[in-house]
Amino acid sequence: MREIIKKATREAYGDTLVELGKEHKEIVVLDADLAGATKSGNFKKVFPLRFFDCGIAEGNMMSVAAGLAAAGKVPFASSFAMFASGRAFEQVRNSIGYPGLHVIIGASHAGLSVGEDGATHQCLEDFALMAAIPGMTVLSPSDYYQTVNAVKAAYEMEGPVYIRLCRMANETFHNDENETFEVGKGIVLREGRDVTLVATGLLVAETLKAADLLAEEGVSARVIEMPTIKPLDLPLLQAAAKETKGLVTVEDHFAGCGMGAMIAAALAETTPARVIKVGVQDKFGQSGSPMDLFEAYGMTAPHIKEKAMLLMAE
Amino acid sequence: MLNPNLKKQLEVISTKLRMEIMNEVHAAKCGHPGGSLSIADLMTYLYFEAMDVDPSDPKKPDRDRFVLSKGHTCPALYAALAYRGFFPTQELIQLRKLGALLQGHPDMKSIPGVDMSTGSLGQGISTAVGMALAGKMDGALWDVYTVCGDGEIQEGQVWEAAMLAGHHNLEHLCVIVDNNGLQIDGAIEEVNSPYPIDKKFEAFGFYVQVIDGHNFEEIAEAINNFKANKGCPSAIIMKTVKGKGVSFMENQASWHGVAPNTEQYEAGMAELKAHLAELEN
Repeated sequence: MREIIKKATREAYGDTLVELGKEHKEIVVLDADLAGATKSGNFKKVFPLRFFDCGIAEGNMMSVAAGLAAAGKVPFASSFAMFASGRAFEQVRNSIGYPGLHVIIGASHAGLSVGEDGATHQCLEDFALMAAIPGMTVLSPSDYYQTVNAVKAAYEMEGPVYIRLCRMANETFHNDENETFEVGKGIVLREGRDVTLVATGLLVAETLKAADLLAEEGVSARVIEMPTIKPLDLPLLQAAAKETKGLVTVEDHFAGCGMGAMIAAALAETTPARVIKVGVQDKFGQSGSPMDLFEAYGMTAPHIKEKAMLLMAE
Repeated sequence: MLNPNLKKQLEVISTKLRMEIMNEVHAAKCGHPGGSLSIADLMTYLYFEAMDVDPSDPKKPDRDRFVLSKGHTCPALYAALAYRGFFPTQELIQLRKLGALLQGHPDMKSIPGVDMSTGSLGQGISTAVGMALAGKMDGALWDVYTVCGDGEIQEGQVWEAAMLAGHHNLEHLCVIVDNNGLQIDGAIEEVNSPYPIDKKFEAFGFYVQVIDGHNFEEIAEAINNFKANKGCPSAIIMKTVKGKGVSFMENQASWHGVAPNTEQYEAGMAELKAHLAELEN
């Protein structure tokens, strides 16, 4: 087992870029004046000639990355999730997505957990935007070690990949050094027969706590982690829909258009199930510490437990 | 001086490309004839004289690249690619139809010879910058050409791309602006003037040339100057006539994105055929 550490997923992105860069000369890294924050700057220090700071021009950066990919490079384009998926949406769609180019977008500072910077920087719609693009793979790893594996898996894939990363340091729980990352596969973190909790990213840890709270009430909660938002691991979800009373989905994203909404929509076609979505309801974020925000927006363990109890009462 | 025989050959080819442009948009009953006709001479010079490309190996690594940033004028690109042998000329009249090889805007995934998918204005030039950066990293000698519309350069992204190209001294990048003066809503200086275009590119660190885009002597000289230029990217501001070669389409914004009906098509083709006969005599 590896040591439990408290480190942000963006740190894993920067460290892994350096590791991959040593082996693969065709890897290039781009950023838009946020190299220190996205941790792409780690790569810049080691490989300055393979690093391009495009300045504060994210749309251009995405199309430049497409051109680099078309000429045989494997670009990692880095920015905050807000600008990578939001401002540069159409460049990602048309320059990268439509030609199916192998560009990996490292999008840090996603979600409410950006914290104090407030609503303009809290991207709560990147899953919706990126998953809408045909052929785009959307990854949302939850801790440092899983992110290392996710970044490596993204490099090995074909086509465009979006990796959601977070600012906040969190404790690792994927500490088994033999663990691999399978794109498109969910992970059953805890078996359970009464209800299913499905979580992604930073809120996986909170969801495990909710499962503990439910156990205290005598409720057996299955906990599924979804490190891949697209493509969804439908068989795993269908089994949960059949075998438990319903699903509570948990994500640091708008509840109406994120992972939970995609799961509910997918299950509705084959295995109708009750799905209660924990996430940011239809309002913007605000300044505050990440944990205070999760509490204020109803996304902590007691809130998750409460939603699961609603399913139990039915 | 351009060899007179070569010049005549190029004029013959560009006239044939114009005829194919008419065939394409007439058959499709839609598309963009005006801006396609204005770049026909440039496309002729690039694909039949300037660029090192190989139709039998469209993806050869050391080829020169071309990005049609003003992707809607792909009838001109498709005609050049077909005449150069990248795909059969019969494909041209299938343009824009369901299941056809030729999409309404360039698609690099399916069309041999297309180096980048374009259509959303402002993005092509950035992808060309990315290609030139890749070439520079590898010490490669291949060139990247991209054509922007003079309306397209109202997109801020064009200048983001220009800034990065200048910053990295991308000497193998040639940005060509098709300055036909018209966009969908009218004259560019009445809609939102991008002038002075030359001064703007100069300010971003480009070597700038202003030429007549229908004069092969000037096109040849400008491309040669670009190839000889070291240490900075090039911009060629090409003064052109929208709809060039079909009298009733010339300098008419209304012919930006409308196909000729059969009567108009026949009238236009008659003019082009007459011009071709003159050249071939």
